[in-house]
Amino acid sequence: MKRDIEYYLRREAFPHIWCAGCGNGIVLGAILRAIDDLQWDKNEIAMISGIGCSSRITGYVDFCTMNTTHGRALPFATGIKMANPEMKVIVVMGDGDCSAIGGNHFIHAARRNIDLTAIIVNNMIYGMTGGQYSPLTPSGRFGTTAPYGNIDQSFDLVKLATAAGASYVARGTVYHIRPLISLIKKAFNKKGFSVVEIISDCPISYGKMNRMQSAPEMLKWIRDSAVSSKVWENLSEEEKKDKYVIGEFLDVEKPEYTELYAMVVERAQKLEVGK
Amino acid sequence: MEKEGSKEIYQNNSVKITVDKEWCKACGICLEFCPQKVLAADEGGKPYPVNLSACTRCGLCELRCPDFAITVEGVEGKKDV
Ligand SMILES: Cc1ncc(C[n+]2csc(CCOP(=O)(O)OP(=O)(O)O)c2C)c(N)n1
Ligand code: SF4
Ligand code: SF4
Ligand code: SF4
Repeated sequence: MKRDIEYYLRREAFPHIWCAGCGNGIVLGAILRAIDDLQWDKNEIAMISGIGCSSRITGYVDFCTMNTTHGRALPFATGIKMANPEMKVIVVMGDGDCSAIGGNHFIHAARRNIDLTAIIVNNMIYGMTGGQYSPLTPSGRFGTTAPYGNIDQSFDLVKLATAAGASYVARGTVYHIRPLISLIKKAFNKKGFSVVEIISDCPISYGKMNRMQSAPEMLKWIRDSAVSSKVWENLSEEEKKDKYVIGEFLDVEKPEYTELYAMVVERAQKLEVGK
Repeated sequence: MEKEGSKEIYQNNSVKITVDKEWCKACGICLEFCPQKVLAADEGGKPYPVNLSACTRCGLCELRCPDFAITVEGVEGKKDV
């Protein structure tokens, strides 16, 4: 069983800063196992994050890394990929980072279909800043800014990414750990914009506000609310409430942005512009 | 049990479980979800095997540990899971 995933870690930074049982560490493990399965060279990998607890991830991996600004991981990653299309670029964002302040960057990265893998750690809350609700907090759940229950509808990132033009879209959880590693691996291998939303636990900011006191309790809740797409199709709207569907939702081939751009460069160099 | 720095190593003739006591944050995930109830909590809430012979080397404790603090290996000469 034991694989040498510590090879990819900046060991001197451990133990990491995340709270006991925080899903960010489980996500990190799943990403590294996927990379290890693919035998990627760590010098070819760029991991880019924004700001948030989940974005601390870039401090722990021995790749080319950038911990950027809140919501802007995708623009930085886009720049890196455009400048060096051979680089394998992984973007890790929190649900707030990706869908609130970074929401526009997310839909436009998908629209361009640029070859990045976006991993969204969806703990359904702003973890780092103490539990404000995010656009992915489910209606009716609690946050420090929604002490009487959240009245907003939440985004469905799977539908959003699909509609915006991504090539690969999946949703997994930190509980369903082996399937999660497979989904991440597929996303890494996919050319084009790929998205893996990971339902994760934040026992401190989300758990405490929503009557779940411990990480195991949160993982049980995640286990019990996840439904496979086969089962999902046969559920009524009422039954779908407080549940979420996991699995793979989109896997298509279409022109990728850096390849299209390389063609533009070629055309321009041949002075064919406007002809 | 043997000690190697902050690591505690528990081993029989088919499995070796290593717990890094410095990296472990006693979250309880490995204990709660071990399908064979191999692990128990010490006084600090950190895992140690109470039932090592029941371990099937499924690896779930290792895969779900948020802190890279527990690993499971087959003993040398035997195929790893
Ligand atoms: C421009 C800007 N606005 C606001 C903040 C404050 N801030 C830091 S992290 C964060 C949200 C974190 O939530 P999320 O992105 O879901 O990540 P998590 O901490 O849950 O992993 C906010 C609002 C900031 N750092 N920069
Ligand atoms: S506050 Fe939540 S998301 Fe942040 S490290 Fe703690 S458990 Fe993880
Ligand atoms: S490998 Fe599986 S059976 Fe063995 S201790 Fe870990 S979770 Fe339990
Ligand atoms: S899952 Fe990891 S951090 Fe949590 S109690 Fe087990 S060994 Fe410790």
